[in-house]
Amino acid sequence: MTQDDRMASGAIRKSYDGIVACLPVTIPYRHYSTNSAHWWLGRALREIVTRARLRPKDIDGFAVSSFTVGPDTAVGLTQHFGLSPRWLDHIPFGGASGIVALRRAARAVQAGDADIVACVAGDTNHVDSFRKTLSTFSRFAQDAVYPYGSGGANASFALITKNYMNSYGARREDFAKLCIAQRDNALSIPHAMMKKKLTLDGYMSARPIADPIHLFDCVMPCAGAEALLVCREDTAKSLNLPGVRILSTIERHNAFPTDPMQVRGGWALDVDELWSMAGLKPKDVDFVETYDDYPVIVMMQLEDLGFCMKGEAPDFVRSHSFTNEGTFPQNTSGGQLSIGQAGAAGGFLGLVEAMRQLTAQQLGTQVPDAKTCLVSGFGMINYDRGLSSCAAILARAT
Amino acid sequence: MTTPLVRPKRKNPLKRTRLPLGPQGVRSRTAHGLTAAAAEGRFVLQVCLDCNTVIYPPRDACPSCLSARLPFRDVDRSGTLVAETTVQTSTDPYFRERTPWRVGTVKLDVGPVVVAHLHGDAVEGGRVRLDFKLDRSGSAVAIALPEKDTENMADDPHLREMTCDPKFRRVLITDGRNAVGQAMAKAFSDAGAAIVFVGLADGWKPFPGLDVIRKIERVEIVPLDVTDTESVTEQAEQNGARIDIIVNTAEHVRAGGVVDRHGLTVAREEMDIRYLGLMRLAQAFGPVLRSRGADGVNSAAAFVNLLSVHALMNWPAYGSHSATEAACLSAAQCMRAELRPGGVKVLNMFFGPLETEWFQTVPPPKVMPAVLANAVIRALKQGVEDAFVGDVAEDIRQRLAVNPKALEREMTS
Amino acid sequence: MPVDLLSFARAVSDGEVRVIDLTQTLSQEFPTIVLPPELGQCARFRIEEVSRYDERGPAWYWNNISLGEHTGTHFDAPIHWISGKDLPNNAVDTIDVAKFIAPAVVIDCSKECAANPDFALTIPFVEQWEARYGKIEPGHWALLRTDWSKRNYPDYAGLRDDGAHTPGPEPAVVKWFVEQRDVHGFGTETIGTDFGQGHHFNPPYPAHFYMHGKGRFGLQCLTNLDLLPPKGTVIVAAPLKIKQGSGSPLRVLALVDGPRK
Repeated sequence: MTQDDRMASGAIRKSYDGIVACLPVTIPYRHYSTNSAHWWLGRALREIVTRARLRPKDIDGFAVSSFTVGPDTAVGLTQHFGLSPRWLDHIPFGGASGIVALRRAARAVQAGDADIVACVAGDTNHVDSFRKTLSTFSRFAQDAVYPYGSGGANASFALITKNYMNSYGARREDFAKLCIAQRDNALSIPHAMMKKKLTLDGYMSARPIADPIHLFDCVMPCAGAEALLVCREDTAKSLNLPGVRILSTIERHNAFPTDPMQVRGGWALDVDELWSMAGLKPKDVDFVETYDDYPVIVMMQLEDLGFCMKGEAPDFVRSHSFTNEGTFPQNTSGGQLSIGQAGAAGGFLGLVEAMRQLTAQQLGTQVPDAKTCLVSGFGMINYDRGLSSCAAILARAT
Repeated sequence: MTTPLVRPKRKNPLKRTRLPLGPQGVRSRTAHGLTAAAAEGRFVLQVCLDCNTVIYPPRDACPSCLSARLPFRDVDRSGTLVAETTVQTSTDPYFRERTPWRVGTVKLDVGPVVVAHLHGDAVEGGRVRLDFKLDRSGSAVAIALPEKDTENMADDPHLREMTCDPKFRRVLITDGRNAVGQAMAKAFSDAGAAIVFVGLADGWKPFPGLDVIRKIERVEIVPLDVTDTESVTEQAEQNGARIDIIVNTAEHVRAGGVVDRHGLTVAREEMDIRYLGLMRLAQAFGPVLRSRGADGVNSAAAFVNLLSVHALMNWPAYGSHSATEAACLSAAQCMRAELRPGGVKVLNMFFGPLETEWFQTVPPPKVMPAVLANAVIRALKQGVEDAFVGDVAEDIRQRLAVNPKALEREMTS
Repeated sequence: MPVDLLSFARAVSDGEVRVIDLTQTLSQEFPTIVLPPELGQCARFRIEEVSRYDERGPAWYWNNISLGEHTGTHFDAPIHWISGKDLPNNAVDTIDVAKFIAPAVVIDCSKECAANPDFALTIPFVEQWEARYGKIEPGHWALLRTDWSKRNYPDYAGLRDDGAHTPGPEPAVVKWFVEQRDVHGFGTETIGTDFGQGHHFNPPYPAHFYMHGKGRFGLQCLTNLDLLPPKGTVIVAAPLKIKQGSGSPLRVLALVDGPRK
């Protein structure tokens, strides 16, 4: 049954009423770390049990996202951390990890399969772990991408960016606007990797990485961890943890496989369901956290999530401002482009920041009167395009 | 426009030699279907037997109908270069020292989208031909060439990384005493080799081709006897560091089988000249070739074996010879692995009977020495690994692929 | 009459008896006999290092060698030729060892050979030599000094379109050596005891045919014959004891009376 069939028949997906996400946790990032991913994930877990005043055995659901925790998966980590969950998931989905973990955990709690689910993402960054991750990222990357210049995701997204610019007239200055605004949003975040204000000149004259992508179009890989708790609303209240409601979610993998090059993500397939399930329209949300591995993907999200038509994002960018006090607050803590990408934790960054803004626990500047927001995830460049896309509309729990 | 190669200046003896590196060569087993094609210069992709979808990257289930029947087939190589980028920085040491490096996305007319290396004359938005070539790791990669041949096309630096073009390179023809060696010397001189070393053994034994060899431009005759370890070692010590391509033309062809032979002295000679001779060349020249794989325009590039196609399937009329050639083939496969870290290719040229004296009684078709020599030049320019020259070799290749046991019987009918 | 062997040994070590090496060094480059390519060939001398104070053998150096019975300076036994195949004690391992020590006459035709590579030794030439130096006594090696060993390898082998052009004996003189002078054997500096174009003689290869047919021996690829007197040399030529061997490479030593003049 397609989304259209579902909508036509009036079948709406089950709501997430009664379920909240709470306890946004960030373990401050470091550029390089000699510690293992296990260490970083352990820090995040410890932060969770400390702030929630729980014992590890109270955590009966555990979702993990990490690329550098090998040879372990989630199972090994239960013994490593002394957990005995009755619900376990390993979600190595990169930038889609956060929202996918949220979706899984929420349904588990809703069904009674678990009561308190810790969703944790983290990765370490050794001096050569970036190269190792690239060369073994996926079978298609090994067979059909890495041998071609080994430029990594930067080269792959350079091709996507070039094609998008050729197709829709986006200019580097348009991408600059997004990057500069995000950097402004990050200036008050203590653990941001990028600490200086970014100017247009600084952006335009930055070192080329893979044309047309230059230095400030790229995230900085680093070590770090993000985490949150998913539970029933009454559980959160009893733990004294302000929660965030989930109004709707969508998820899609390998959408539009016949598009010669990626100009849209899976959100375009499921966007109507996202808004109708939440009962909202794009203009209703107070801020947006997009997945910003590259500014071109931010533009695609603006289009595919309903804020403008396909190909109109350059104009949209030119006619809006994206700082927290602007007309379209976006990536309110600076996004990965300013904070850094701690591997799979990058997929949690927007979600955790959204939870902070909605519960007035923000680390940096506050989006005024933040009641609802859209968080988007994307990632898993397998061959020549990001395969995974997801989004969630969240609301402050009253 | 490809800048034509300039003949390199003499190497500065005080400068360190750049050591060879290679791109990552790991591929899934299925993806090596492309390596098999690139090794022979063919362009293939998986085509689903059940729904005809053309598939890339190589995989184990059809993305259209999930069929597992996905044989590699020759397909049309035309496409459009949709987008390109120039990689300026890489974490991979091989590419890091070769940036800027252009890659792009090609939409093939037959369907799939291929991320490919770009020839300098491939233009974004323009029509291209895709080719699968063996890169320095020995695995297949796609390269987009301009739709029609352009001037100095072979001199493109990306393309030259994947080929063994003899232009400006120095070649050693190991034995100039026979017709093949003489044809080879001429072919390399014509192909623009900077020096054609021609090895000759037993200077006290005259032979008719000597004057012919002497007249070829840029030939230098050197003493070389592949049956004499000291001779081979000495030649490698003297000239090894300035030899980029070796073509082993030492031959020993005699009719006779294994049961149907009287005595072992001929078999000893066969093995000594062909197999042990190859081993002597490999031990003496291999290490220096391997260390010079990244040594500029005239880097060490290839070792060429001339093998009877009967290395692959014994021909009892020349049964002992066939067995010796099989030994050489196996040794060549070993050499291929050993020289690969240096980015040096081992080319195996397979052919049926030659138009030379020891195949005198064999009926045609037979391969002329000049034809074989030109095939070697072509194979080096293409950067292939295995080439089948002439009708008999091609015939045997095809029959082997279908039913080796039937071919075995047919070799005595 | 007892022979004072110890005095002989002392004479050798004192230099009163000179020992001259008539042997070419076994090396890969030294030419060998070349037969039509469809026939079996004589192996060339080849040497492969086994170890040289290295990981293959830390404290020693040694080689494996390969060669034919007729490679380099070598001895021909009667069994080598079809004409001698049925004679008793005709192989290198069965020849009476006393026969490995014998006197020699040296017949010099070096001047004639310098002018003509196709010089053929004749009976009159030898008779002229005898007129000067005396009759050849029975049991002597007849060594033909041509100075061929001084030539570079291409000229030494003398190969042309129609085969080798090197000096050697006519059929008649070989027969005469055996029947009229009872020679011990025939020795040359060239590859082979026969005339280079000896395949055209009748019988072909008469030095082999007649010598071995009558149980006599051959020595070839000798050198330094120019250092020997026409008469009075004693040759020590002991081939390897190869089972039913047709010949072998060997060290040929000439013992000559008196210090160098």
